[in-house]
Amino acid sequence: MADTTARMGTDAVQADYMALTRRKRVYSVVLLAVFVALMAAGFRTADSRNAGGFWDGITHVFDFPAEVLGEAWANAARLPGHLVDHLPALVETLNIAAASTLIGTAFGTLLALLSTRGLARWPGLIPVFRRTMDVARAIPEIVIALVLIFVLGGGPVPAMIAIAIHTTGALGKLFSEVNENVSLKPVEGLQSVGATWAQKMYLGVIPQVGPNYVSYALLRLEINIRASAILGFVGAGGIGYDLRNAMSWGQGRYDQAAAIFILLFLTIVAVDQFSGYLRTQLTHGRQPREGARA
Amino acid sequence: MLKIEKLTKTFGGNVAVDAATLSVDGPSMIGIIGRSGAGKSTLLRMMNRLTDASEGRILFEGRDVTHLTGAAKRQWQSQCAMIFQQFNLVPRMDVVSNVLHGTLNRRSTFTTIFNLYPRADIHHAIEILDRLGIAAHAPKRAEALSGGQQQRVAIARALMQDPRMILADEPIASLDPMNAQTVMEALRRIHDEDGRTVICNLHTLDTARRYCDRVIGMRDGRIVFDGTPDQLTTGMAREIYGAGADFSEAATSTEIETLDRSAAEQARLQALREAEATA
Repeated sequence: MADTTARMGTDAVQADYMALTRRKRVYSVVLLAVFVALMAAGFRTADSRNAGGFWDGITHVFDFPAEVLGEAWANAARLPGHLVDHLPALVETLNIAAASTLIGTAFGTLLALLSTRGLARWPGLIPVFRRTMDVARAIPEIVIALVLIFVLGGGPVPAMIAIAIHTTGALGKLFSEVNENVSLKPVEGLQSVGATWAQKMYLGVIPQVGPNYVSYALLRLEINIRASAILGFVGAGGIGYDLRNAMSWGQGRYDQAAAIFILLFLTIVAVDQFSGYLRTQLTHGRQPREGARA
Repeated sequence: MLKIEKLTKTFGGNVAVDAATLSVDGPSMIGIIGRSGAGKSTLLRMMNRLTDASEGRILFEGRDVTHLTGAAKRQWQSQCAMIFQQFNLVPRMDVVSNVLHGTLNRRSTFTTIFNLYPRADIHHAIEILDRLGIAAHAPKRAEALSGGQQQRVAIARALMQDPRMILADEPIASLDPMNAQTVMEALRRIHDEDGRTVICNLHTLDTARRYCDRVIGMRDGRIVFDGTPDQLTTGMAREIYGAGADFSEAATSTEIETLDRSAAEQARLQALREAEATA
């Protein structure tokens, strides 16, 4: 008797679970169909609006890289010289990126702390700080840079300010997400001894979130190197300016363009390796040797 | 059927397992005891090939599995199920999906990623859950279950693999005494009813005595005892745990009965003393 009821119970569980699974599968199929339909419809619209036409242009995609490589190969002997020539410009680009990352991290930290529930100095102003960060993220850095170049004249400072504003917004958002997972117990402990807001934040919160902050800031440094190279195209100096000049069609300076690409690539690899190493050191500390378990 | 020859694992300069040799001839329930750091986990992990051996061989039915790679290694792992101290389930997936993971080696990557398990497998998974008494939790997320229930889900996953051998690495170390008993009884039943070999790392002696037919004692990476629970004397246990004369089995126990037993012992001694005093 007891056995048959248990048996029926299992059948019911099986039936329920199968129904659940079937429902999930139907949802998946519907979603997939909608996705495919959207992609197909979107592609037709985009293709009809395209000036040259997608199918005519696709065969020429590799023409430009082929030309650059061909010229660079023909003048391969001059590559080392070009690499040295463009090194000062690369240093300028790196400087822009580093300065803007530092400034952006500082302001981002402040805004993040001010806009996290439970930590904020003025809880009522949280929306104000959040919208400030949204604005900083929403305006493309190239627009800010163009305005500043118009006002301040060309050079690295406008680019630095433009990237710092964007970095503040981007890091502020990431940092405040990190802050949400922070334990409030140490903060309460510091409050109990009569600490000010700044003391609570610097001594109670930052030690908890430090490794995560540094990890995000290093990632941002990589992004900012690319950004500051791009801003060179609009007259902000650095290696981007050299690249624009070298890449203009039909001047026979593609060997220089190739040299600049190589420099950029090596820089990104170096920063990636270094920040990866630093991140592991910070998040895991010194690696204890394996085999501590029984 | 299982033969381990001079299996050694070194981490840097440390020897975790030192020339372990043992053989299992037929289906049996084996407990490996020893204090933490004795190399119990490393030994099991080498058998499942989660950890590579430094030296020595593991033979299963005459086949050397020590150096298998790729698909052959994964196929061996599917035959030699592993149960972990911390359950190692996917917390955000439902219980049945976790159990169905036991079939991953048999199914294609495509069908498993899109959750297209055959109906028969789903029914079988729920039957296994029913056998372990947790079918009612089938549609819940694994993280919503208690520790003892999660460990039974892990056992169900192991059974779903239809393995030749089940390895359990401290299966009850994170559980309270009641749940520990349920889980150990489930493992024993799997051995008794299905005739599967179960090798179980335990850190408490009385659990090994109570549920296992054969006990292996490890100390500092070496196998120092291999025999039946009866052959395991208190002196031998002291040797395995590296303990002094003050060591008693009850001190390592996690069972409820032990408390009663030692309380009864205390009462008996008390009565004896009183009887002596009045005499």
